[in-house]
Amino acid sequence: MGTFTSPILNYAMLAPILVVLAGAVVGVLIEAFAPRKSRASSQLALSVFTLVIALAALVRTRGTYSSKAAMNSVTFDGAGYLLQMAILIIAIIAILLLADSDKFAAAPTAAPGSDEEREAQAANIRITEVYPLTLFAIAGMLLFTVASDLITLFVALEVLSLPLYLMAGLARRRRLASQEAALKYFLLGAFASAFFLFGVAYLYGYSNSITFSGIAAAITGGTANDVFLLVGISFVSVGLLFKVSAVPFHSWSPDVYQGSPTAVTAFMAAATKVAAFGAMLRIFYVAFAGDVWQWRPMLTAIALITMVFGSLVAISQRDVKRMLAYSSIAHAGFLLSGVIALNKSGLDATIFYLFAYGVATVGAFAIVSLINDSSGEVTDLNRWAGLGKRSPWIAIAFSFLLLAFAGIPLTSGFVGKFSIFSAAYESGNTAILITGVLSSAIAAFFYIRVVVLMFFKDPVEDGTSVVIPSIYTRITILVSLAITLILGVFPAPVLDYISQTAFFLR
Amino acid sequence: MTLTIIMMLPLLGAALIALIPSAQERLVKQVALATTLVVAAATLFKAMSFDVDNTELQFRQSYSWIPSFGINWGLGVDGIALVLILMSVILAPLVILGGWNESEGGRWGVKTFYILILVLETMVIGVFAATDLFLFYVFFEAMLIPIYFLLGGYGSGERAAAAVKFLLYSLFGGLLMLASIIGLFVISGQNGGVTFDITELSELHTLMSSTTQNILFLGFFIAFAIKAPLWPFHTWLPDAAKSGSAGTSILLLGILDKVGTYGMIRFCLSIFPDASKTFTPVIIVLSLISILYGAFLAIGAKDIKRLIAYTSISHFGFITLGIFAMTTQSQSGATLYMFNHGFSTAALFFVAGWMIIRRGSSTISDFGGLQRVTPIMAWSFFIAGLSGLALPGLSSFVSEFLVLVGTYTRYPVAAIIATFGIVLAALYILIPVQRALHGETTPGNENLKDLNLREKITIAPVIAIIVFLGFYPSPLLKIINPAAAHIVQQQGYSDPAPTMNGGK
Repeated sequence: MGTFTSPILNYAMLAPILVVLAGAVVGVLIEAFAPRKSRASSQLALSVFTLVIALAALVRTRGTYSSKAAMNSVTFDGAGYLLQMAILIIAIIAILLLADSDKFAAAPTAAPGSDEEREAQAANIRITEVYPLTLFAIAGMLLFTVASDLITLFVALEVLSLPLYLMAGLARRRRLASQEAALKYFLLGAFASAFFLFGVAYLYGYSNSITFSGIAAAITGGTANDVFLLVGISFVSVGLLFKVSAVPFHSWSPDVYQGSPTAVTAFMAAATKVAAFGAMLRIFYVAFAGDVWQWRPMLTAIALITMVFGSLVAISQRDVKRMLAYSSIAHAGFLLSGVIALNKSGLDATIFYLFAYGVATVGAFAIVSLINDSSGEVTDLNRWAGLGKRSPWIAIAFSFLLLAFAGIPLTSGFVGKFSIFSAAYESGNTAILITGVLSSAIAAFFYIRVVVLMFFKDPVEDGTSVVIPSIYTRITILVSLAITLILGVFPAPVLDYISQTAFFLR
Repeated sequence: MTLTIIMMLPLLGAALIALIPSAQERLVKQVALATTLVVAAATLFKAMSFDVDNTELQFRQSYSWIPSFGINWGLGVDGIALVLILMSVILAPLVILGGWNESEGGRWGVKTFYILILVLETMVIGVFAATDLFLFYVFFEAMLIPIYFLLGGYGSGERAAAAVKFLLYSLFGGLLMLASIIGLFVISGQNGGVTFDITELSELHTLMSSTTQNILFLGFFIAFAIKAPLWPFHTWLPDAAKSGSAGTSILLLGILDKVGTYGMIRFCLSIFPDASKTFTPVIIVLSLISILYGAFLAIGAKDIKRLIAYTSISHFGFITLGIFAMTTQSQSGATLYMFNHGFSTAALFFVAGWMIIRRGSSTISDFGGLQRVTPIMAWSFFIAGLSGLALPGLSSFVSEFLVLVGTYTRYPVAAIIATFGIVLAALYILIPVQRALHGETTPGNENLKDLNLREKITIAPVIAIIVFLGFYPSPLLKIINPAAAHIVQQQGYSDPAPTMNGGK
């Protein structure tokens, strides 16, 4: 029997994660004990406060990098620092969208269409559990990007996923679709988690270690059975590729994007992508780098299929949220090319792209949440016709974000695309470069189609209107637009900062 | 006054217009006109100090923009770029004056129209003056947005569809070019530091394998061939020209399309000299097809604006032929051709636009006997048409002649085939001239009004330039020739000495 040694934790470095977890716990207490009237405002204030403190705590750790902060299970390094920062910034602007509490179910536990639900709706009950759930998810994401052993990675994966499954089911209107989305997300997510664990077991069998550095050492040593390694990499990849919605593990995302409350979609689409790609970067750059010749063809194939499929299928979408979902699939393909590049510029480019894309995504969904009729949000694209005439500023803002997704110069999307494709080409991957550029051309088609719809079609008379954005939604949209523009016109400071800071402690 | 400041003037005007209340349409137009006049004056003034004997880029400015990618805000002009900038800034006020009422039927009102035009002017100057490939690309792509809204918002007929077709074609080409730019970027990074400076990039070709060079060249060339447009990448042009208002069409065909041919000279030739040589036969064949195909379609055209678009395809064939024939004469001729084509197309579109507004139709057969009803308009159209068919004494004759002579010394067969283009040009211009202007006045045309003072003021300088340069092209050629000779020499060509067979 070995003696139990109590873990040595570096609380300063763990502080961002701990602060967010603490905020989430306090949020639960508020939900349980605070009077109903004051809940919404105090939850919002608490969440923003928590995230800002976490950001401050994170900035304080700048320059102190270590892999020993929690007994080798997490590694704080430049890349982790940047990814955590990206998640926190995106979370701050996304959480403001939750303030429109009439978007969330009055009685989420009641069956859709039941009397209980009707009563709760009639009583105009506003629930605010979504705030602590979001904070828990954020804590999971923060941990996900710095986890450096497979068990911690799995725990973080679950901590970030479980709240998201619940949040997907919280929509106030179209309850059935929302619950279907939640269930689908949960079931497929559970499947993916199982695959992930299966892979973890194989990797442990291969390397006799669960830490990334241990696996890397075993690969370099090269004496163990390669089949175990291959199976392990494949199955762990499946779990991660599911989270980033790469083809063929994407089928959940259109339904979940569409069914979830739009505010939740905004957060999930942006922040989950950063976290999941953050973890992918770390595991492929640190643990699997030695085996690159085996996984690169596999991931390249997936990236190519993902780009082309996402762009092609998005063309036929009639629903703006589904279209953005397929667009996010295409972007997952572009982002994968940064992972595959496996070089310093790939790392820098992926981090930049993640941040730029995440911010633009939050803004785009925030705008989607503004287009309403009497029964809730209007996501049918045909009814967006003529938006440019009725609310030109909203239409211009949305077009600008679409142009950013399309990668038109003077938007952040262009700088991101340029840097990620050049990283891919630098690693000798011409196929990615050419396919990426061609699928960008396809993608441009459906983004432009929405612009055409808004500006060149006459409005249909069906009571669709743009709600006056609340101050919070307004802040979200403006910040998102400003960052998208600044990163497009003057990206130099951010690019330099990323390239000076981003590295992995191995 | 630096190039950057000249570039920023239109933006300033656009900002000013944004502040004017929408109801004051007249004031908006006046500010727009004044801005473009100031820009034209400033550019002409700047051009005075251009040293014609210097083949280096002049008026250079360079500020670091995105240092981690080696991207600079780099501006500078040689003779070719200067001439094209001059053409653009002179055409801009004329477009505003000539299409004084064009913006009123538009989708978004008058203010937006002029803001878009001014923003476009900034980008056009930028695209011709950029000495940084990345900066060029940014303008090349960003330029699409204002012209897209101008086409889709202020044209006629199927304007939205035509605008989308134009945009998608251009974006596709642009993305192919982006792939090539990324390729160059990475290769430059592997060979002594990332750069986008075109002077430094032009030294890179010795380090590239010929396959790499060929592939990267194609990315650029296809983008420019779509823009120019060259057969078989031309199909967007007739639709766009037909749906655009006269002013938009002038901006598009007269100015923006020149970016394609300019890009071939500036980037295809100077960065990929070997690949340019490899592809020259193919490109010459494409040019010849463009010349003849455009001319045949123009002969068959029933719509007056489509007709002008098809003639442009034919003319762009000549320009491309001149560029790739690689003699000083053909190269100078090509640049002069770009300049002249800008003005003769502008003249055609102006008059055609006025005819269409008056008659309410753009079908050629709806016109007839205009010479009697509206003599000044008819004469203007006639002269514009003659400039389109390159009649001696008008400016396009000089450029077409230079291109053909220059081509003949190196590719006699191509030059002879291209000469058929001239014959066809006579047909496609004289047939509509005869139908629309001469003969009996057809019903519906009896009461058309002749040009008013504003329209006369618009067309007069255009025709003056066409005639003046027809007799005395040397001021422009003085600017162009050294730059053209420099490019030919850079390619490792020397002009073939003229020989006389049979005269031994």
